Amino acid sequence: MDYATLLQILASTLRLATPLLLACLAGLYSERSGIFDIGLEGKMLMAAMASGAIAAMTGSAWIGLAAGIGASLLLAALHGVASITFRGNQLISGVALNFVASGATVLIAQALFQQGGRTPPLTGAARFEPLALPFVDTLKGVPLFGPFYAQVLSGHSILVYLALAAVPASWWLLYRTRFGLRLRAVGENPESVDTAGVSVIRLRYTAVALTGVLCGVAGAYMATALQAGFGREMTAGRGYIALAALIFAKWRPWSALWATLLFGFLQALALRPDVIEGTLHMKIPVSFLDALPYILTVIVLAGFVGRAIPPRAGGEPYVKER
Amino acid sequence: MMAPAQDTGRQATAAPAIELRGISKAFGPVQANKDISIRVMPGMIHGIIGENGAGKSTLMSILYGFYKADAGEILIHGREAKITDSQAAIRAGIGMVFQHFKLVQNFTVLENVILGAEEGALLRPSLAKARRELKRLAEEYELEVDPDALVEELSVGHQQRVEILKALYRQADILILDEPTGVLTPAEADHLFRILANLRMQGKTILLITHKLREIMEITDTVSVMRRGEMTATVTTAGTSPEELAELMVGRKVLLHVPKAPANPGRTVLEIRDLRLRDATGVERIKGIDLTIRAGEILGIAGVAGNGQSELLEVLGGFAAATGSVRMNGEEIDLTGRHSDGQTRRARGIAHVPEDRHHLGLILDFSAWENIAFGYHNAPEYQKNALLMDNAAIIADTEGKIERFDVRPPNAFLPAKSFSGGNQQKIVLAREIERNPDLLLVGQPTRGVDIGAIEFIHKRIVELRDAGKAVLLVSVELDEIMSLADRIAVMFDGRIMGERLPADTNERELGLLMAGVADSAETAA
Repeated sequence: MDYATLLQILASTLRLATPLLLACLAGLYSERSGIFDIGLEGKMLMAAMASGAIAAMTGSAWIGLAAGIGASLLLAALHGVASITFRGNQLISGVALNFVASGATVLIAQALFQQGGRTPPLTGAARFEPLALPFVDTLKGVPLFGPFYAQVLSGHSILVYLALAAVPASWWLLYRTRFGLRLRAVGENPESVDTAGVSVIRLRYTAVALTGVLCGVAGAYMATALQAGFGREMTAGRGYIALAALIFAKWRPWSALWATLLFGFLQALALRPDVIEGTLHMKIPVSFLDALPYILTVIVLAGFVGRAIPPRAGGEPYVKER
Repeated sequence: MMAPAQDTGRQATAAPAIELRGISKAFGPVQANKDISIRVMPGMIHGIIGENGAGKSTLMSILYGFYKADAGEILIHGREAKITDSQAAIRAGIGMVFQHFKLVQNFTVLENVILGAEEGALLRPSLAKARRELKRLAEEYELEVDPDALVEELSVGHQQRVEILKALYRQADILILDEPTGVLTPAEADHLFRILANLRMQGKTILLITHKLREIMEITDTVSVMRRGEMTATVTTAGTSPEELAELMVGRKVLLHVPKAPANPGRTVLEIRDLRLRDATGVERIKGIDLTIRAGEILGIAGVAGNGQSELLEVLGGFAAATGSVRMNGEEIDLTGRHSDGQTRRARGIAHVPEDRHHLGLILDFSAWENIAFGYHNAPEYQKNALLMDNAAIIADTEGKIERFDVRPPNAFLPAKSFSGGNQQKIVLAREIERNPDLLLVGQPTRGVDIGAIEFIHKRIVELRDAGKAVLLVSVELDEIMSLADRIAVMFDGRIMGERLPADTNERELGLLMAGVADSAETAA
């Protein structure tokens, strides 16, 4: 494999890791607050459809993004009501919302556009175009780094950079602010928050809303940046891979970046079986690469790479003690 | 009468720190609090004592804003306070130290202290302020804790200090402590009482909720007794006695110490040699124990929870594998193989009243009669034929046991969870004792059990001993060990630190052994 191919694969890694990263950070907020969210997939899918549809109608990727966030927030709110207010089973609520999203997206897209459940292809301002980073031309001459900067780091849509910026922002929010302290506390021991006179319910709704926003961005990225329009089941299990990445990252923002980059790299490799065969001189089934994120997660869960301890109060509805 | 002038002046003019007037609270048909009134003057330690379910916790939850009272009012320093939630209680200057700590385990002490009382949106200034404040409080009240330690790495006594610090950091001048010594070693409890005395000296008002008479006598100025949701009496501590308080709590005369004749030990029943156990994570929990129990004696194992006593019971009861040798009536017991389970242990004459009644002793959702059959479900008298159980026989047997053990309500069909702690324990005890075992293993027999039932359970254990049976009693309650055991072995860190006769020792010496201080008497001998 030559350097140019490597750069291609790395660029593709970054593009493919972005929705995973956004969804992973989305899950991080919810799960850190003690609400398991298996419905990342559904929220992304709904957001992808909404942003694809609205971008097609308005011709604006930004309005599409807003619509995507709105659609995702709607599902997040349903999950919140079911699991926070009504203390329902969080896994069941998440699975149910995934099914709803899977069906509703195709239904709505078909009703709106009659194109077999797809939204019309997006062009121009209806899509997030690649951005060139500054100094690309200046740095072109620098060996190794120049091409890396130009081909891997530069030339992505604004949402990719937004996702990358969300990592330090999330770290700062989680570990340096009052909100972060309370968020981490409510996922570990909601009673400690409650007895300190802080509302468990409000904190958890806030966290679930943040999850909704980030999933919305992830979905919009799928439909209006990575691809040009919404297609049936286009998220293709990325919500679940993001959950796996979240466990892999042990619920920490920076680790989430590395985990999703790793999983993104595996996805990028899966797209280039020729490269693998050329490098390793043997055929590796694409389905094995697709399964690798889950296999790695199982290894982490089994405790081989240090234990992944989820937030202690995760999955349990908060009931005030009698 | 001649108290210092400023004191009398303050006493005369100051309003009570806390005054409850006619507080009532019902949960459905259950009247948890009925027209409760208390006045506690500033700078006093006021005890509230009562049995489980007497309504103490409900009352405190009302005071801390967890529940809204159906009727009545709360006055703080003479002014009516509307305590609608915990935030309002904190604003009114009330701090609460719960029985089960409300700490975030993987947070540092500082983070736990500022949680909910942060200064602004950013943590850094709050943490710095809390660090200064904690230093001051530590010096003032003997409340030393490492501010940067993770809570999960602290001992229970230190975790409790964090809870007190949390309250003081929030400027609480009324402190409520709910069963604060339940989880402490005697030394830690003594330290806590010193802290409370310091707090009282600084003018803080303290409400101490407990079911332990000794604590009330030791530290409080005044005490209120609750029974069945009502306040039955409020007295000054100096003017009362444990016996009187016990009677007020239960509503009849109670024997605090079951009278027992000197033991008359016979042949050796159980002989333990070099018993060792590693847990699933590879940590050695029992590090070579030698013990002998003879017929007609009660061997008490004292120790702070988590020093290997539970594991010892598990090994003997047949649900943990170990190495070493255990001989029952002279015959070796299989500690690891196919034949180490509860069934075979029972067949060998070992009965077991487990520490964790709710998980190992009973199935809470099953009825009393089903629970009576567990472990003995293969007994011939419970079988109708080769295929079917004789439920009628089990129910009849249960009804007999219920009568003999005074289980209330006397209903064999009620699920186990509907009985109070004391009555649940009686069900377990009836099942295990009436099989006439040679050895009774009994762990924490009176945890969560009312005083009245404690008396009954203690009597039954002594009766079993007098019938020539061996009893291994594990308890974290030193009082219980002191009054029941004929011989006391103290466990610390998986080892026996020493053996004592109750007559030749005292709580101080046992407390030192429980804290792992080497046994000087034994090394000298």
